[in-house]
Amino acid sequence: MARSAGPVAALVVLALIAIPVGAVIRTAGGIAGLGAADWAALRFTVWQALVSAALSVGLAIPVARALARRRFRGRSALITLLGAPFVLPVIVAVMGLLAIFGRAGLVNTVLGGLGLPPVSIYGAHGVILAHVFFNLPLAVRMLLHGWLAIPAERFRVAAQLGQPVGRLLEWPMLRRAVPGAFAVIFLVCTTSFAVALILGGGPQATTLELAIYQAVRFEFDLRGAASLALVQLGVCAVALGALLLVDVPDALGAGLDRTVARWDGAVSRDAAMLAAAALFLALPMGAILLSGVPGLAQMPGSVLLAALRSLAVALLSTGLCMALALAIVTHGRGWSRAVAVVPLSVTALVLGTGLFIVVFPFVRPASVALPVTALMNALFALPFAVRILAAARDDAEAQFGRLADGLALRGWARMRVLILPRIRRPLGFAAGLAAALSMGDLGVITLFASGGQETLPLAMFRLMGAYQTEAASGAALLLVTLSLGLFWLFDRGGRIGAET
Amino acid sequence: MKTPLSVIAGLLATPVVAQDNVLTVYTYDSFVTEWGPGPVIEEAFEETCDCDLQFEAAGDGAALLSRLQLEGPRTEADIVLGLDTNLTAAARETSLFAEHGITPDLDLPVDWTDDHFLPFDWGYFAFVGNAKDPAPDSLRALADSDISIVIQDPRSSTPGLGLLMWVKTAYGDAAGALWEDLSDNIVTVTPGWSEAYGLFLEGEADAVLSYTTSPAYHLIAEEDDSKVAWAFDEGHYMQVEVAGKVAGTDVPDLADQFMAFMLTEDFQSAIPTTNWMYPAVVPAGGLPDGFETLIEPDKALLLSPQEAAAKRDAALEEWRAALAR
Repeated sequence: MARSAGPVAALVVLALIAIPVGAVIRTAGGIAGLGAADWAALRFTVWQALVSAALSVGLAIPVARALARRRFRGRSALITLLGAPFVLPVIVAVMGLLAIFGRAGLVNTVLGGLGLPPVSIYGAHGVILAHVFFNLPLAVRMLLHGWLAIPAERFRVAAQLGQPVGRLLEWPMLRRAVPGAFAVIFLVCTTSFAVALILGGGPQATTLELAIYQAVRFEFDLRGAASLALVQLGVCAVALGALLLVDVPDALGAGLDRTVARWDGAVSRDAAMLAAAALFLALPMGAILLSGVPGLAQMPGSVLLAALRSLAVALLSTGLCMALALAIVTHGRGWSRAVAVVPLSVTALVLGTGLFIVVFPFVRPASVALPVTALMNALFALPFAVRILAAARDDAEAQFGRLADGLALRGWARMRVLILPRIRRPLGFAAGLAAALSMGDLGVITLFASGGQETLPLAMFRLMGAYQTEAASGAALLLVTLSLGLFWLFDRGGRIGAET
Repeated sequence: MKTPLSVIAGLLATPVVAQDNVLTVYTYDSFVTEWGPGPVIEEAFEETCDCDLQFEAAGDGAALLSRLQLEGPRTEADIVLGLDTNLTAAARETSLFAEHGITPDLDLPVDWTDDHFLPFDWGYFAFVGNAKDPAPDSLRALADSDISIVIQDPRSSTPGLGLLMWVKTAYGDAAGALWEDLSDNIVTVTPGWSEAYGLFLEGEADAVLSYTTSPAYHLIAEEDDSKVAWAFDEGHYMQVEVAGKVAGTDVPDLADQFMAFMLTEDFQSAIPTTNWMYPAVVPAGGLPDGFETLIEPDKALLLSPQEAAAKRDAALEEWRAALAR
């Protein structure tokens, strides 16, 4: 791999964002100022994203620690389950949450049985609950990688000297891992649209994304859409700037590259944390499963074809995403890695509209719907992939780089012998995430697809719009199964013989 | 040899189509599903036209118009089918549509004089609830009750915009006050019809904003008579769904032929049990069994496209202010 691969990959990413956004601005003939409603949307967007990210990461710390220091039956299954909510299509996840926390959901049924007043999920707290449901697992996985990267020897030394593991080992690791996880989740939450609206209970929960949807799809106000997209990018720039300020180098150094069984901490508290997290995640997933089974038989054949198409898109997208991510983390400098996070804060609507403008003079947009979708999905998964791979790759280089230099390991050989074996775990996780995110995506495809290029999420959404609620639930179940299956395959592939 | 890569490539590729004698109709998503009118209509029209009718789905009615504006005069669309009267003023302003030149004989509760757009079906907006629950008899009674409802956002959904116009037409300057009283009935506001209807079916609310014809779906397709639409004293706002001929079409004769076909028996008889709306021209055999059970509002409300366009922004602001408290 050439040294220039990293910057080139970063420039490709930048071009894939700048060209479509530029095309929208050019077509619109400029940008418009923000109205009072837009400012309110910006305030709500940033506020709910901050709270959601803080809660997700805050709750993830004890859960990840419990997972890092306990070995138990079903631990592996629990870790796979942790990947699930994040990759669910929004409307499916919302329906799952409502089956538990909704007006007619499990919680209120139990409360009613006990003669207690019902609780309502609708409102800002509902939005935050849903965002925590989506992002807590992601935060746990990101922090878990941090814990398992602490060299085993350090724990032994700490134990021998009777020193507190928390202050000496865990705190520095968290200090390094938490800001990145927080920033990624914050940015994910700033582009929330359907969750915020459905659970937010009305216009008081209007996000920038809804304002963009309104501008692009409902009023054809490209000026408004362009300025709102720039505001989103501005929020991203501020978040990234803040992240750079708090970024700290690794202070733990190298070990012998093996994890260790832990003995510290109270078992009962870890068990309680894990049980609570597992219930919170598993119950809505179970509800999706239950409601989907009767619908499986009612799905039309076209849904299966759509599923195959989605699988093809997901695999292509995963390949693209991993190629870009590896190039950026191996050869990219700081700015390349910063660029890789930007796709988080550009909405698929504006990017899709821009791409549509760009390709329309040359080809029928529908004829490139699926390749474009795969490319965009790769772009949207890239921030996660880079974030997940960067730390692992840097650790491998820091610890064994000089040894590899001494052995004159360069290019592909260095990648194969030094890097890949050491980043296998995060690589599998990142690929699984990319594949599953692509399976569940319902962004760009809605702008490009006509009849023949339906992906599974689009097919499901169209079933919902045609009174076919049961068949749609069946399609949702199929989608969840395939997403999770892909995620599991990649993630498992990375974890064979490893302890996470 | 079929390698995995060639299989993936095959799935991603789109077959190339011949361009001769192809009529491209842009429409909304639910029109083209297996349950929608699309497949039936495609077959019926192709029998008469010696052509290839291709539907291209593009979201909902509003997204359809945005898509056309994005493509501009170079669009491949020959017909756009699925706009409603809240959108036709904006659609006409784009100058992308041609006059249809047809003097239709329609079965609509209102007069139709638009020379650019022709209706293909219509319906009344209504709140749909469960038959076992008490039914309010007006918007006002609903607002004063503690019945819970789900509605759609007028900023992202055509039924949501329909309700906004319904309240505005029925209450005029008092619309804001009605919205304030309604606000504690509203469980939540969804981006589109699908999510709202899904929430209602899951039991998240007592009723949902939909159409008077929605119970017909449950009755006819599912043999379930538990859903009813509530008749309101203020009258019901209408949605009239229209199609227009694109001015820059390269097959103008075929497009004219389709516009005329749209009001014939073959097209119209497919509408009631596929699109679950009233046909613009009632077929000779009348409406399907089950439609006679639907409520028939005494008063049909509908703003002209110009009025609807003029009142929209202020009504939207009223809605936002009342609900965002």
